[in-house]
Amino acid sequence: MKPNTETAANNLEEFPHHEDLVDERLVCWYFVVALVYMGISFIGGLLMALQLVHWNPAPAELLSPGRWRMIHTNAIAYGFIANCFLGALHWAIPRLTLKRVLDRRLSYFIFFAWQVVVVSTAVGILFGQAQGVEWGETPVWIDPLALAGLALVAVNFLAPILRCKGPLYVSLWYFMAAFIWTFLTYAMGNFLPEYFVPGTSGGAIAGLFIHDLVGLFVTPLGWGLMYYFVPILLQKPIWSHGLSLVGFWGLAFFYPLNGIHHFLYTPIPMFLQYGAVVATIAVEMVVTTVIINFFGTLWGSGRELVTNLPIRWFYTGMVLYFVTCTQCAMQVTLTFQKLIHFTDWVVGHAHLVMFGVFTLWFFGMMTYLFPRLLRQPWYSYRLCEWHYWLSFGGIVVMFLDLAFAGIFQGYYWASLQPWDASYEGSYPFWMIRLFAGLAIISGQLCFVVNLWKTWRLSRSPATATAPVTAAATA
Amino acid sequence: MFENKSGILLIGGLGFFLFAFLSNALVPILMYRHLPEQTAEEVVNENILYQFEDLSVRYPESFKAAFGKPTAENCARALRIGRKIYIGEGCWHCHSQFVRPVSNESVRWGPVSKTEEYQNELQRPVMFGTRRVGPDLSREGGRHGNDWHTVHFFDPKSVSAGSPMPRYPWFFAGAPDQPTRRGLALITYVQWLGSWLESYPDYEDYVPIETMMANPLDE
Repeated sequence: MKPNTETAANNLEEFPHHEDLVDERLVCWYFVVALVYMGISFIGGLLMALQLVHWNPAPAELLSPGRWRMIHTNAIAYGFIANCFLGALHWAIPRLTLKRVLDRRLSYFIFFAWQVVVVSTAVGILFGQAQGVEWGETPVWIDPLALAGLALVAVNFLAPILRCKGPLYVSLWYFMAAFIWTFLTYAMGNFLPEYFVPGTSGGAIAGLFIHDLVGLFVTPLGWGLMYYFVPILLQKPIWSHGLSLVGFWGLAFFYPLNGIHHFLYTPIPMFLQYGAVVATIAVEMVVTTVIINFFGTLWGSGRELVTNLPIRWFYTGMVLYFVTCTQCAMQVTLTFQKLIHFTDWVVGHAHLVMFGVFTLWFFGMMTYLFPRLLRQPWYSYRLCEWHYWLSFGGIVVMFLDLAFAGIFQGYYWASLQPWDASYEGSYPFWMIRLFAGLAIISGQLCFVVNLWKTWRLSRSPATATAPVTAAATA
Repeated sequence: MFENKSGILLIGGLGFFLFAFLSNALVPILMYRHLPEQTAEEVVNENILYQFEDLSVRYPESFKAAFGKPTAENCARALRIGRKIYIGEGCWHCHSQFVRPVSNESVRWGPVSKTEEYQNELQRPVMFGTRRVGPDLSREGGRHGNDWHTVHFFDPKSVSAGSPMPRYPWFFAGAPDQPTRRGLALITYVQWLGSWLESYPDYEDYVPIETMMANPLDE
């Protein structure tokens, strides 16, 4: 017996400590800087939304809604979402692999380099240097830097994963694949249609790029983090390993084949368009298995949705993910496309997934992690709740409003009404969307105020508390 | 294979991505590899030259300062600059450039778009567009006069009541009849869209500007 306990004791001492694995300051920095970009993105969104309802009294070149629309999308994708992912991965990967990331100085270099990339992108777009690739408006002279950054991120995070021995947890499959995919996708989209492939074939590649960004960068990292956080917060394992396998491999195979669905009815060859439609519907089926898996995990713990706020954020996002993908499977069919392509229906779809899914997931992660990072419970759970309800309510109203707007616009166009019928008929929908957006912004203000107050509390020695243990915040 | 690192990295990560790229991108590249790609000089045609020369007559000082003479070379230059502005201002996010064979689009705008129309350097990257807040522009050339375009860019609401399009006064030196180089280039680009089609509105046969401006009493 003695040798066993000795070995056990030795193992316990060798077991890596959280403080050695996770650089909490870096995680904090990433989340805070991400919130700054979210603020910048909101300015862009507001400028565009206000322009559409005729409120732009000062047409200054540097406030032009056209340019700020591109800042809106790029600040959210590369500013907010990318930084949130990097922060969350700096927490999750070392804890999952029980190994540090490759190099601490590299991690900090990547942090600063990535902010340079994003800020230069915003400044470049502001001064009219955008590249003509949707979601790839990063000016061409920044693209190589961004690509190098993505390579460094992959190397930094793959090191601990590859050094892992034994069976890999599902999150790590998603993370590994995402690092490869993000690098390849970024290179493909930003360089091929501009420099190597003209016209319609370039359009096919642009379509692949738009979708691969969502499906091979944001989605796998997002779901990987869900597979990580949900079992911890529910204190239960994921319901089905088999469905995890189906989910990952289904995504890996079908998602890259979707891309051309962004350009249906263009001169891209028709058989490729049919292929993209079929692949999209296949993805919806794969997504359904993942949703079943997560709700199977929740089964029996439904009360957590009320008491456990991070779980509520996560599962709300998952429900909205299911809605988005179901909507996608319908709207991708050529029949639906006739009506809704080019309309606000698609804009609603994009906002539902980017905000209603991934951003809500990030808020869940932040709600869970900030008290741990700051060693301080939230200043006000009331503000946390307001944050949730304003965000959720805002995005649902925005989504439904833009879906209806899209249907109206589609019918105005198909029935050959003069073009002003289209934008005059859209005006009420654009007004509602503006208020939905303001609700979302108010929710974020609640969060930022809450975060600021919590940070102030954590700083003052009188109220500093002991490190929070891994119980769910209630 | 399904859960080990090499399977995930090589088959899931690399393999499936390559498969999708080969089947969805390489296939159209191969299908269209014999289509010639035109330079900006090669896409200059009579119709856009007419509009370009018209700009030089309407706004002589601005045009002279911006481009000098309305030659075909300068027209190609203007098209390139105009396109950069079209991208930089985000025009392609509210205006599309392809006509679909559905939803009565060919009745509203003109012939359904063909691949050959995008095989030129001004469609790198291709400006298909994904949203129509404003109308499709791929057959916009020739539908409005240059004077309409100057006023429209300066203040869209003044010619198009209720238009949600932003104003672009920085394309002008204070008034719509003083377009800067950027303004002239962008108008040239927009007037070029669709000018290669049979269905382009024919106002009159193209006559070289020297002949048009010549004083008939000088003969």
